[in-house]
Amino acid sequence: MAVTVYIPAPFRRLTGNRSYVEGHGQTVADLLEDLKTRYPTLGHMLQNEAGELPAHINIYVNNHEIHSLQGTTTPLKDGDEVAVLPAIAGGQLLTPEQTQRYDRQIMIPQVGPAGQRKLLDAKVLIVGAGGLGSPAAVYLAAAGVGTLGIVDNDKLDLSNLQRQILHHTPDVGRPKVESAQETIARYNPDVRVIPHKMRLTSANATDVIAQYDMVVGAVDNFATRYLLNDACYLAGKPYIDGAVFLFEGQAAVFIPGRGCYRCLFPVPPPTGVVPNPSEVGLLGALPGVIGVIEAFETLKLILGLGEPLSGRLLIFDALTMEFRQVKTRRDPHCPLCGDAPTIRELGDYEASSSSPPAAQHTDEEDAA
Amino acid sequence: MRVIVRIPTPLRKLTADQDSVPADGASLSECITSLEASYPGLKERLCDESGEIRRFVNIYVNGEDVRFLQGLATTLKDSDEVSIVPAVAGGGRKAWP
Repeated sequence: MAVTVYIPAPFRRLTGNRSYVEGHGQTVADLLEDLKTRYPTLGHMLQNEAGELPAHINIYVNNHEIHSLQGTTTPLKDGDEVAVLPAIAGGQLLTPEQTQRYDRQIMIPQVGPAGQRKLLDAKVLIVGAGGLGSPAAVYLAAAGVGTLGIVDNDKLDLSNLQRQILHHTPDVGRPKVESAQETIARYNPDVRVIPHKMRLTSANATDVIAQYDMVVGAVDNFATRYLLNDACYLAGKPYIDGAVFLFEGQAAVFIPGRGCYRCLFPVPPPTGVVPNPSEVGLLGALPGVIGVIEAFETLKLILGLGEPLSGRLLIFDALTMEFRQVKTRRDPHCPLCGDAPTIRELGDYEASSSSPPAAQHTDEEDAA
Repeated sequence: MRVIVRIPTPLRKLTADQDSVPADGASLSECITSLEASYPGLKERLCDESGEIRRFVNIYVNGEDVRFLQGLATTLKDSDEVSIVPAVAGGGRKAWP
Protein backbone atom coordinates (compact mmCIF):
# COMPACT_ATOMS: atom_id res chain seq x y z
CA MET A 1 0.00 0.00 0.00
CA ALA A 2 1.41 3.39 -0.95
CA VAL A 3 0.55 6.14 1.50
CA THR A 4 1.60 9.75 1.95
CA VAL A 5 3.41 10.53 5.17
CA TYR A 6 3.33 14.04 6.57
CA ILE A 7 6.60 14.99 8.21
CA PRO A 8 6.40 17.84 10.74
CA ALA A 9 8.88 20.71 10.67
CA PRO A 10 11.15 19.43 13.50
CA PHE A 11 11.78 16.17 11.58
CA ARG A 12 12.20 17.56 8.09
CA ARG A 13 15.97 17.79 8.31
CA LEU A 14 15.80 13.99 8.48
CA THR A 15 13.84 13.70 5.24
CA GLY A 16 15.78 16.07 3.02
CA ASN A 17 13.50 18.97 4.01
CA ARG A 18 10.46 17.30 2.49
CA SER A 19 7.15 17.81 4.25
CA TYR A 20 5.58 14.78 2.57
CA VAL A 21 7.25 11.49 1.76
CA GLU A 22 5.84 8.31 0.28
CA GLY A 23 5.65 5.26 2.50
CA HIS A 24 4.57 1.65 2.12
CA GLY A 25 3.04 -0.99 4.33
CA GLN A 26 -0.08 -3.02 5.08
CA THR A 27 -0.24 -1.61 8.60
CA VAL A 28 1.15 1.30 10.56
CA ALA A 29 3.83 -1.02 11.99
CA ASP A 30 4.92 -1.99 8.45
CA LEU A 31 5.02 1.65 7.48
CA LEU A 32 7.22 2.54 10.44
CA GLU A 33 9.64 -0.22 9.46
CA ASP A 34 9.65 1.09 5.89
CA LEU A 35 10.40 4.62 7.10
CA LYS A 36 13.17 3.37 9.41
CA THR A 37 14.81 1.59 6.48
CA ARG A 38 14.66 4.53 4.14
CA TYR A 39 15.23 7.33 6.66
CA PRO A 40 17.44 5.78 9.36
CA THR A 41 17.83 9.00 11.33
CA LEU A 42 14.07 9.51 11.32
CA GLY A 43 13.82 5.88 12.40
CA HIS A 44 15.76 6.69 15.57
CA MET A 45 13.06 9.18 16.50
CA LEU A 46 10.32 6.61 15.90
CA GLN A 47 11.47 3.97 18.37
CA ASN A 48 12.67 3.82 21.96
CA GLU A 49 15.26 1.48 23.47
CA ALA A 50 12.70 -1.30 23.45
CA GLY A 51 12.12 -0.76 19.73
CA GLU A 52 8.60 0.54 20.35
CA LEU A 53 6.94 3.74 19.26
CA PRO A 54 7.85 6.36 21.89
CA ALA A 55 4.95 7.72 23.91
CA HIS A 56 5.56 11.27 22.76
CA ILE A 57 5.11 10.42 19.08
CA ASN A 58 1.55 10.45 17.84
CA ILE A 59 0.63 8.77 14.58
CA TYR A 60 -2.47 9.85 12.71
CA VAL A 61 -4.11 7.96 9.86
CA ASN A 62 -6.41 10.22 7.88
CA ASN A 63 -6.52 12.58 10.86
CA HIS A 64 -7.42 9.87 13.37
CA GLU A 65 -4.91 9.13 16.13
CA ILE A 66 -4.04 5.43 15.89
CA HIS A 67 -4.88 4.71 19.53
CA SER A 68 -8.50 5.47 18.58
CA LEU A 69 -8.09 2.96 15.72
CA GLN A 70 -6.11 -0.28 16.10
CA GLY A 71 -2.77 1.09 17.28
CA THR A 72 0.22 0.06 15.21
CA THR A 73 -1.80 -2.77 13.68
CA THR A 74 -4.12 -0.22 12.05
CA PRO A 75 -4.43 -1.31 8.42
CA LEU A 76 -3.47 1.10 5.63
CA LYS A 77 -4.88 1.42 2.17
CA ASP A 78 -3.60 3.14 -0.94
CA GLY A 79 -3.82 6.92 -0.76
CA ASP A 80 -4.10 7.12 3.04
CA GLU A 81 -2.41 10.05 4.67
CA VAL A 82 -0.33 9.30 7.71
CA ALA A 83 1.05 12.06 9.96
CA VAL A 84 3.93 11.46 12.36
CA LEU A 85 3.69 14.14 15.02
CA PRO A 86 5.83 14.63 18.11
CA ALA A 87 3.96 15.90 21.13
CA ILE A 88 5.09 19.11 22.69
CA ALA A 89 5.69 19.45 26.43
CA GLY A 90 2.80 17.93 28.32
CA GLY A 91 2.33 15.14 25.84
CA GLN A 92 -0.03 17.00 23.53
CA LEU A 93 0.24 18.24 19.97
CA LEU A 94 -1.11 21.59 21.02
CA THR A 95 -0.97 23.66 24.17
CA PRO A 96 -4.23 24.06 26.10
CA GLU A 97 -4.38 27.65 24.88
CA GLN A 98 -3.95 26.54 21.28
CA THR A 99 -6.61 23.88 21.71
CA GLN A 100 -9.00 26.59 22.86
CA ARG A 101 -7.91 29.26 20.37
CA TYR A 102 -8.32 26.98 17.36
CA ASP A 103 -11.29 25.02 18.72
CA ARG A 104 -13.65 26.03 15.88
CA GLN A 105 -11.31 24.67 13.22
CA ILE A 106 -9.95 21.71 15.18
CA MET A 107 -13.54 20.45 15.40
CA ILE A 108 -13.62 20.14 11.61
CA PRO A 109 -12.99 16.41 11.03
CA GLN A 110 -10.61 17.11 8.12
CA VAL A 111 -8.54 19.45 10.28
CA GLY A 112 -8.35 18.09 13.81
CA PRO A 113 -5.30 18.49 16.05
CA ALA A 114 -3.03 17.03 13.36
CA GLY A 115 -4.22 19.60 10.81
CA GLN A 116 -3.71 22.37 13.32
CA ARG A 117 -0.18 21.14 13.86
CA LYS A 118 0.36 21.33 10.08
CA LEU A 119 -0.84 24.93 10.09
CA LEU A 120 1.46 25.81 12.97
CA ASP A 121 4.39 24.17 11.17
CA ALA A 122 3.64 25.87 7.82
CA LYS A 123 5.74 28.69 6.41
CA VAL A 124 3.99 31.02 4.00
CA LEU A 125 5.46 34.02 2.21
CA ILE A 126 3.10 36.89 1.46
CA VAL A 127 4.45 39.30 -1.11
CA GLY A 128 2.80 42.68 -0.61
CA ALA A 129 1.25 44.00 2.61
CA GLY A 130 -1.42 46.00 0.80
CA GLY A 131 -5.03 45.49 -0.20
CA LEU A 132 -4.70 41.79 -1.04
CA GLY A 133 -1.89 40.91 1.37
CA SER A 134 -3.65 42.43 4.38
CA PRO A 135 -6.75 40.23 4.45
CA ALA A 136 -4.71 37.20 3.39
CA ALA A 137 -2.24 37.76 6.24
CA VAL A 138 -4.96 38.41 8.83
CA TYR A 139 -6.81 35.16 8.10
CA LEU A 140 -3.65 33.07 7.80
CA ALA A 141 -2.41 34.48 11.09
CA ALA A 142 -5.73 33.96 12.84
CA ALA A 143 -5.81 30.34 11.64
CA GLY A 144 -2.40 29.80 13.22
CA VAL A 145 -0.13 29.51 10.20
CA GLY A 146 3.05 29.41 12.23
CA THR A 147 5.45 31.39 10.08
CA LEU A 148 4.42 34.28 7.87
CA GLY A 149 7.04 36.08 5.81
CA ILE A 150 5.93 39.51 4.63
CA VAL A 151 7.67 41.29 1.77
CA ASP A 152 7.03 44.99 1.36
CA ASN A 153 9.32 47.92 0.83
CA ASP A 154 6.83 50.74 1.32
CA LYS A 155 5.86 53.09 4.07
CA LEU A 156 2.20 53.43 4.96
CA ASP A 157 0.33 56.28 3.30
CA LEU A 158 -2.95 57.65 4.61
CA SER A 159 -4.61 56.67 1.32
CA ASN A 160 -3.70 53.00 1.92
CA LEU A 161 -5.95 52.66 4.97
CA GLN A 162 -9.14 52.50 2.91
CA ARG A 163 -8.24 48.86 2.08
CA GLN A 164 -5.05 47.76 3.81
CA ILE A 165 -6.41 46.37 7.05
CA LEU A 166 -3.06 45.20 8.40
CA HIS A 167 -2.30 48.82 9.26
CA HIS A 168 -3.83 51.51 11.43
CA THR A 169 -4.04 55.28 11.39
CA PRO A 170 -1.13 55.88 13.80
CA ASP A 171 1.07 53.78 11.48
CA VAL A 172 1.08 56.36 8.67
CA GLY A 173 4.68 56.95 7.63
CA ARG A 174 5.98 53.72 9.14
CA PRO A 175 7.30 50.79 7.12
CA LYS A 176 4.39 48.50 6.34
CA VAL A 177 6.30 45.38 7.38
CA GLU A 178 6.60 46.87 10.88
CA SER A 179 2.94 47.70 11.32
CA ALA A 180 2.02 44.36 9.74
CA GLN A 181 4.17 42.53 12.26
CA GLU A 182 2.55 44.38 15.17
CA THR A 183 -0.97 43.84 13.92
CA ILE A 184 -0.38 40.12 13.43
CA ALA A 185 1.19 39.79 16.90
CA ARG A 186 -1.99 41.27 18.37
CA TYR A 187 -4.17 38.88 16.42
CA ASN A 188 -2.15 35.83 17.27
CA PRO A 189 1.09 35.55 19.24
CA ASP A 190 1.55 31.98 17.93
CA VAL A 191 2.62 33.39 14.60
CA ARG A 192 6.24 34.19 13.87
CA VAL A 193 6.36 37.06 11.40
CA ILE A 194 9.50 37.46 9.32
CA PRO A 195 9.56 40.97 7.87
CA HIS A 196 11.35 41.37 4.56
CA LYS A 197 11.62 45.10 4.04
CA MET A 198 12.78 44.94 0.48
CA ARG A 199 11.68 45.03 -3.08
CA LEU A 200 11.66 41.52 -4.47
CA THR A 201 14.08 41.25 -7.42
CA SER A 202 15.70 38.50 -9.48
CA ALA A 203 18.74 38.88 -7.23
CA ASN A 204 16.97 38.14 -3.93
CA ALA A 205 13.73 36.28 -4.79
CA THR A 206 15.23 32.78 -4.86
CA ASP A 207 16.82 33.09 -1.43
CA VAL A 208 13.70 34.54 0.17
CA ILE A 209 11.30 32.00 -1.37
CA ALA A 210 13.55 29.09 -0.37
CA GLN A 211 12.64 29.72 3.28
CA TYR A 212 8.93 29.05 2.70
CA ASP A 213 6.56 26.25 1.72
CA MET A 214 4.42 28.36 -0.63
CA VAL A 215 3.97 31.94 -1.80
CA VAL A 216 0.94 34.23 -1.78
CA GLY A 217 1.23 36.89 -4.48
CA ALA A 218 -0.43 40.14 -3.42
CA VAL A 219 1.24 42.50 -5.83
CA ASP A 220 0.00 45.27 -8.08
CA ASN A 221 2.33 45.01 -11.04
CA PHE A 222 3.24 42.53 -13.73
CA ALA A 223 7.01 42.66 -13.19
CA THR A 224 6.77 41.24 -9.67
CA ARG A 225 4.02 38.80 -10.67
CA TYR A 226 6.10 37.24 -13.47
CA LEU A 227 9.13 37.22 -11.16
CA LEU A 228 7.16 35.39 -8.46
CA ASN A 229 5.69 32.97 -10.99
CA ASP A 230 9.12 32.07 -12.33
CA ALA A 231 10.86 31.93 -8.95
CA CYS A 232 8.14 29.70 -7.47
CA TYR A 233 8.16 27.33 -10.43
CA LEU A 234 11.96 27.06 -10.37
CA ALA A 235 11.85 26.45 -6.60
CA GLY A 236 9.04 23.90 -6.97
CA LYS A 237 6.68 25.84 -4.67
CA PRO A 238 2.99 26.55 -5.15
CA TYR A 239 2.15 30.14 -6.11
CA ILE A 240 -1.21 31.58 -5.10
CA ASP A 241 -2.06 34.62 -7.21
CA GLY A 242 -4.67 37.33 -6.92
CA ALA A 243 -5.36 40.57 -8.76
CA VAL A 244 -8.03 43.25 -8.77
CA PHE A 245 -9.21 45.93 -11.16
CA LEU A 246 -11.99 48.38 -10.38
CA PHE A 247 -14.91 46.01 -9.67
CA GLU A 248 -13.34 42.78 -10.86
CA GLY A 249 -10.92 40.31 -9.34
CA GLN A 250 -8.99 37.23 -10.41
CA ALA A 251 -7.48 34.42 -8.40
CA ALA A 252 -5.59 31.25 -9.34
CA VAL A 253 -3.24 28.71 -7.83
CA PHE A 254 -0.23 27.56 -9.82
CA ILE A 255 1.23 24.23 -8.77
CA PRO A 256 4.56 23.45 -10.45
CA GLY A 257 4.04 21.09 -13.39
CA ARG A 258 0.35 21.92 -13.75
CA GLY A 259 0.69 25.19 -15.64
CA CYS A 260 1.93 28.60 -14.59
CA TYR A 261 0.95 32.25 -14.95
CA ARG A 262 2.92 32.37 -18.22
CA CYS A 263 0.79 29.53 -19.58
CA LEU A 264 -2.26 31.65 -18.77
CA PHE A 265 -0.91 35.00 -19.93
CA PRO A 266 2.23 34.50 -22.05
CA VAL A 267 3.10 38.19 -21.99
CA PRO A 268 1.98 41.18 -19.92
CA PRO A 269 0.38 44.17 -21.60
CA PRO A 270 3.17 46.16 -23.25
CA THR A 271 5.05 48.86 -21.42
CA GLY A 272 4.40 52.46 -22.23
CA VAL A 273 1.35 51.96 -24.42
CA VAL A 274 -0.51 54.07 -21.92
CA PRO A 275 1.67 57.14 -21.49
CA ASN A 276 0.42 58.04 -18.07
CA PRO A 277 -1.18 55.15 -16.21
CA SER A 278 -3.61 56.51 -13.71
CA GLU A 279 -5.14 55.04 -10.64
CA VAL A 280 -8.52 53.59 -11.44
CA GLY A 281 -9.56 53.19 -7.86
CA LEU A 282 -11.45 50.50 -6.04
CA LEU A 283 -13.45 49.77 -2.94
CA GLY A 284 -11.36 48.00 -0.32
CA ALA A 285 -13.82 45.15 0.00
CA LEU A 286 -12.82 43.93 -3.49
CA PRO A 287 -9.20 43.06 -2.64
CA GLY A 288 -10.72 41.88 0.63
CA VAL A 289 -12.68 39.18 -1.21
CA ILE A 290 -9.76 38.15 -3.42
CA GLY A 291 -7.20 38.24 -0.59
CA VAL A 292 -9.42 36.02 1.54
CA ILE A 293 -9.77 33.59 -1.37
CA GLU A 294 -5.97 33.49 -1.57
CA ALA A 295 -5.86 32.79 2.17
CA PHE A 296 -8.41 29.98 1.84
CA GLU A 297 -6.48 28.37 -1.01
CA THR A 298 -3.33 28.57 1.10
CA LEU A 299 -5.07 26.86 4.03
CA LYS A 300 -6.38 24.16 1.66
CA LEU A 301 -2.90 23.48 0.32
CA ILE A 302 -1.40 23.26 3.82
CA LEU A 303 -4.18 20.98 5.05
CA GLY A 304 -4.51 18.96 1.84
CA LEU A 305 -8.20 19.84 1.71
CA GLY A 306 -10.49 19.75 -1.31
CA GLU A 307 -9.54 20.80 -4.81
CA PRO A 308 -7.04 23.62 -5.19
CA LEU A 309 -7.98 26.52 -7.48
CA SER A 310 -5.52 25.10 -9.97
CA GLY A 311 -6.15 24.49 -13.66
CA ARG A 312 -8.67 27.30 -13.62
CA LEU A 313 -8.84 31.04 -13.23
CA LEU A 314 -11.51 32.40 -10.92
CA ILE A 315 -13.07 35.65 -12.07
CA PHE A 316 -15.13 37.68 -9.61
CA ASP A 317 -17.42 40.49 -10.77
CA ALA A 318 -18.44 42.49 -7.73
CA LEU A 319 -21.14 44.45 -9.58
CA THR A 320 -23.08 41.39 -10.67
CA MET A 321 -21.74 39.40 -7.68
CA GLU A 322 -20.86 36.57 -10.02
CA PHE A 323 -18.02 34.11 -9.73
CA ARG A 324 -17.00 32.47 -12.99
CA GLN A 325 -14.17 30.15 -13.91
CA VAL A 326 -12.24 29.56 -17.10
CA LYS A 327 -9.90 26.66 -17.65
CA THR A 328 -6.16 27.07 -17.55
CA ARG A 329 -3.66 24.47 -18.54
CA ARG A 330 0.03 23.83 -18.91
CA ASP A 331 1.13 25.17 -22.28
CA PRO A 332 3.64 22.82 -23.94
CA HIS A 333 5.14 25.95 -25.56
CA CYS A 334 5.53 27.79 -22.24
CA PRO A 335 9.07 29.19 -21.99
CA LEU A 336 9.11 28.38 -18.26
CA CYS A 337 7.26 25.11 -17.71
CA GLY A 338 6.72 23.87 -21.28
CA ASP A 339 8.36 20.95 -23.05
CA ALA A 340 11.41 22.94 -24.20
CA PRO A 341 11.86 25.62 -21.55
CA THR A 342 14.13 28.57 -22.25
CA ILE A 343 13.78 30.25 -18.84
CA ARG A 344 16.12 28.42 -16.46
CA GLU A 345 16.94 31.25 -14.13
CA LEU A 346 15.41 34.55 -13.12
CA GLY A 347 15.90 37.31 -15.66
CA ASP A 348 15.02 40.95 -16.19
CA TYR A 349 11.46 41.66 -15.18
CA GLU A 350 11.37 45.44 -15.16
CA ALA A 351 11.33 45.46 -18.96
CA SER A 352 8.05 43.59 -18.93
CA SER A 353 6.36 45.73 -16.32
CA SER A 354 3.07 47.25 -17.28
CA SER A 355 3.92 50.61 -15.81
CA PRO A 356 6.73 52.79 -17.08
CA PRO A 357 9.30 53.47 -14.34
CA ALA A 358 8.14 57.06 -13.95
CA ALA A 359 4.70 55.86 -12.95
CA GLN A 360 5.95 53.41 -10.36
CA HIS A 361 5.44 55.45 -7.28
CA THR A 362 5.91 54.19 -3.77
CA ASP A 363 3.19 51.61 -4.07
CA GLU A 364 5.09 49.14 -6.17
CA GLU A 365 4.49 46.10 -4.05
CA ASP A 366 1.43 47.25 -2.26
CA ALA A 367 -1.32 45.34 -3.80
CA ALA A 368 -4.45 47.03 -4.66
CA MET B 1 -25.07 31.77 -34.45
CA ARG B 2 -26.03 34.01 -31.60
CA VAL B 3 -23.59 33.96 -28.69
CA ILE B 4 -23.18 35.82 -25.42
CA VAL B 5 -19.94 37.72 -24.92
CA ARG B 6 -18.72 38.43 -21.39
CA ILE B 7 -17.08 41.85 -21.27
CA PRO B 8 -14.40 42.47 -18.62
CA THR B 9 -14.49 45.62 -16.52
CA PRO B 10 -11.75 47.50 -18.43
CA LEU B 11 -13.72 47.26 -21.69
CA ARG B 12 -17.16 48.12 -20.41
CA LYS B 13 -16.83 51.77 -21.30
CA LEU B 14 -17.08 50.57 -24.93
CA THR B 15 -20.27 48.58 -24.26
CA ALA B 16 -22.21 51.22 -22.33
CA ASP B 17 -21.27 49.47 -19.08
CA GLN B 18 -22.87 46.19 -20.10
CA ASP B 19 -21.13 43.16 -18.63
CA SER B 20 -22.39 40.86 -21.36
CA VAL B 21 -23.54 41.57 -24.89
CA PRO B 22 -24.93 39.42 -27.71
CA ALA B 23 -22.94 38.86 -30.89
CA ASP B 24 -23.26 36.81 -34.05
CA GLY B 25 -20.93 34.59 -35.99
CA ALA B 26 -20.14 31.02 -36.96
CA SER B 27 -16.55 31.53 -35.79
CA LEU B 28 -14.77 33.61 -33.18
CA SER B 29 -13.42 35.79 -35.99
CA GLU B 30 -16.95 36.56 -37.21
CA CYS B 31 -18.06 37.13 -33.66
CA ILE B 32 -15.39 39.81 -33.19
CA THR B 33 -16.41 41.48 -36.45
CA SER B 34 -19.99 41.53 -35.19
CA LEU B 35 -18.86 42.99 -31.87
CA GLU B 36 -16.92 45.74 -33.63
CA ALA B 37 -20.00 46.67 -35.67
CA SER B 38 -22.06 47.10 -32.50
CA TYR B 39 -19.31 48.50 -30.29
CA PRO B 40 -16.71 50.31 -32.37
CA GLY B 41 -13.21 50.21 -30.90
CA LEU B 42 -13.59 46.80 -29.29
CA LYS B 43 -11.75 44.89 -32.01
CA GLU B 44 -8.51 46.85 -31.67
CA ARG B 45 -8.50 46.12 -27.95
CA LEU B 46 -8.67 42.41 -28.71
CA CYS B 47 -6.61 42.10 -31.87
CA ASP B 48 -3.29 43.51 -33.04
CA GLU B 49 -2.56 45.17 -36.41
CA SER B 50 -2.22 41.80 -38.13
CA GLY B 51 -5.64 40.76 -36.85
CA GLU B 52 -4.34 38.18 -34.36
CA ILE B 53 -5.59 38.06 -30.77
CA ARG B 54 -3.33 40.17 -28.59
CA ARG B 55 -1.06 37.97 -26.51
CA PHE B 56 -2.04 39.56 -23.20
CA VAL B 57 -5.75 39.01 -23.86
CA ASN B 58 -7.35 35.62 -23.45
CA ILE B 59 -10.60 34.65 -25.10
CA TYR B 60 -12.51 31.62 -23.90
CA VAL B 61 -15.37 29.74 -25.54
CA ASN B 62 -17.41 27.96 -22.89
CA GLY B 63 -14.49 28.27 -20.50
CA GLU B 64 -11.86 26.86 -22.89
CA ASP B 65 -8.96 29.07 -23.95
CA VAL B 66 -9.18 29.48 -27.75
CA ARG B 67 -5.37 29.26 -27.92
CA PHE B 68 -5.90 25.58 -27.15
CA LEU B 69 -8.83 25.34 -29.59
CA GLN B 70 -8.59 26.84 -33.10
CA GLY B 71 -7.89 30.45 -32.19
CA LEU B 72 -9.91 32.90 -34.26
CA ALA B 73 -11.17 30.00 -36.38
CA THR B 74 -12.83 28.36 -33.35
CA THR B 75 -16.39 27.57 -34.36
CA LEU B 76 -19.33 28.85 -32.37
CA LYS B 77 -22.80 27.50 -31.91
CA ASP B 78 -25.95 29.11 -30.60
CA SER B 79 -25.80 30.26 -26.97
CA ASP B 80 -22.08 29.63 -26.59
CA GLU B 81 -20.46 31.84 -23.99
CA VAL B 82 -17.46 33.83 -25.15
CA SER B 83 -15.40 35.34 -22.33
CA ILE B 84 -12.80 38.04 -22.77
CA VAL B 85 -10.25 37.91 -19.94
CA PRO B 86 -7.39 40.38 -19.75
CA ALA B 87 -4.33 39.97 -17.57
CA VAL B 88 -4.94 42.13 -14.50
CA ALA B 89 -2.01 43.75 -12.73
CA GLY B 90 -3.82 44.47 -9.51
CA GLY B 91 -3.66 47.66 -7.60
CA GLY B 92 -6.44 49.34 -9.46
CA ARG B 93 -4.17 50.71 -12.16
CA LYS B 94 -4.96 50.82 -15.83
CA ALA B 95 -3.51 47.81 -17.53
CA TRP B 96 -5.00 47.90 -20.98
CA PRO B 97 -3.64 49.84 -23.92
